[in-house]
Amino acid sequence: MAGDAAATVDGERIRAFIRRFAEKVAAHKDELTALDAAIGDADHGTNMDRGLQAALERLPAEGAAPADLLKAVAMALISKVGGASGPLYGTAFLRAAGAVAGKAALEPGDVAALFKAALAGIQERGKATRGEKTMVDALAPAVEALEAALGRGAALGEALAEAARAAREGSDATIPLVATKGRASYLGERSRGHRDPGSLSATLMMEAAAETLAGGPAS
Amino acid sequence: MKKLINRVEAVVDEATEGLGLAHPHLVRVNAEPRFVARADAPVQGKVSLVSGGGSGHEPLHGGFVGRGMLDAACPGEVFTSPVPDQMVEAAKAVHGGAGVLFIVKNYTGDVMNFELAAELLQAEGIAVRSVLVADDVAVENSLYTAGRRGVGGTVFVEKIAGAAAEAGASLEEVERIARQVSDNVRSMGMALTSCTVPAKGSPTFELGEDEMEIGIGIHGEPGRERMKLRPADEITEMLAGPVIEDLGLKQGEQVIAMVNGMGGTPLMELYIVYRKLAQILQQRGVAIARNLVGNYITSLEMQGCSITLLRADDELLRLWDAPVHTPALRWGV
Repeated sequence: MAGDAAATVDGERIRAFIRRFAEKVAAHKDELTALDAAIGDADHGTNMDRGLQAALERLPAEGAAPADLLKAVAMALISKVGGASGPLYGTAFLRAAGAVAGKAALEPGDVAALFKAALAGIQERGKATRGEKTMVDALAPAVEALEAALGRGAALGEALAEAARAAREGSDATIPLVATKGRASYLGERSRGHRDPGSLSATLMMEAAAETLAGGPAS
Repeated sequence: MKKLINRVEAVVDEATEGLGLAHPHLVRVNAEPRFVARADAPVQGKVSLVSGGGSGHEPLHGGFVGRGMLDAACPGEVFTSPVPDQMVEAAKAVHGGAGVLFIVKNYTGDVMNFELAAELLQAEGIAVRSVLVADDVAVENSLYTAGRRGVGGTVFVEKIAGAAAEAGASLEEVERIARQVSDNVRSMGMALTSCTVPAKGSPTFELGEDEMEIGIGIHGEPGRERMKLRPADEITEMLAGPVIEDLGLKQGEQVIAMVNGMGGTPLMELYIVYRKLAQILQQRGVAIARNLVGNYITSLEMQGCSITLLRADDELLRLWDAPVHTPALRWGV
């Protein structure tokens, strides 16, 4: 494992993370849209895919700092996605960029700070808390797991893997919930029994992080 | 799906381009980012009104750009909110130096994108205020939902605030008027059939041949109740009742009334609804001071209608009567 030997995360790792996130969303595009069709307006997969493909085109050249790459993703998502997921993910990446501004390489604590800032941005923009059947239900437990694992001395790769598992469990836990945010909220009780599409895209993001940031296979 | 389109991806661009070609003396269309602006904008010293939302609700909002109403409109993808780039560039293109008022329908995506756009414009030194329209009484409890949806009341806010801005009112004053309208306007809609979003290609929801849905949203969001089809008079009572109750309309008050088609209902049927609405209000001693009957905020080809009532005073009536010249609304000029 290269994990401990290369404990810092440079711009190229961040680039690999962004690419993997885009690949995963493209691969799950139809699933995301189908989940959204059940409780929203059937465009989450198409919109996120359009935004992330635009982000890949706009990524700065090799040697760019993590913050510059994250900011490029933020601006692409804000200007291409629309709906609620554009401003939510856009704000998340913008805040993530802010959390690591000026750093050429990130320590594990910086990676945790990056995701914590992303979560805070989403919560602030969407005014959502846990249990409301949104992407927060995947991201909040992921950030908690990441911080807890690093706090007890786990390597970054292991901590990110735990975060990704926590995100997946958090997404699973949205299935029985009643939505109170977004267009799904108008369904009330009828939103029960469906996974929240935002919680799945957030899980894909954390899985992409676990597979790339700690020196996973290059994409 | 059977639609008069070329390519699914080009629907919004081509429709917006067509609007511009049809009304070159009223509006000009910017392709990238996509927005519709008043042909003579920016009007120096005038507060600029900018609105927008998902496409598929025509003539809202592009059809209401022109003298006495909106300075710019930002059409999003079908039923998807526009993005901040569109709002920022539209606002900058029409800003006459007196500030910008965003008129925002209460949908999560619209609210967040307009919020971001307002932050970006304020960072550039342009004064921005926002007014939220949330008039759909079909959504009863805002604690457990994203709140009341913004629907037909938007037309009233755009017209009346637009008249105030045209008359030279300050940003604070235009905002106050817009808020007064949004506080005093309520709507409710119903559907006989679903719409079909071009990108999806199949109806958004299924309604039986003998069924209707009361309280439906303009994107096909579920309403209050699905039931067997009833005669138009009963449907009108089911829509008007909650609107009147929610507004708390009393004998002696006056309203501006709109019977709006969802896109697939003939004018003949809308007049049948208006006939009953006029009777209901007359029985309650409420005067219809002005009215609109037609397609103003639609949901693609959905069959159905909505009723909107605005409690009016002399000031609002005077602003309503002020000249307006847009592709979809024109009087006094």
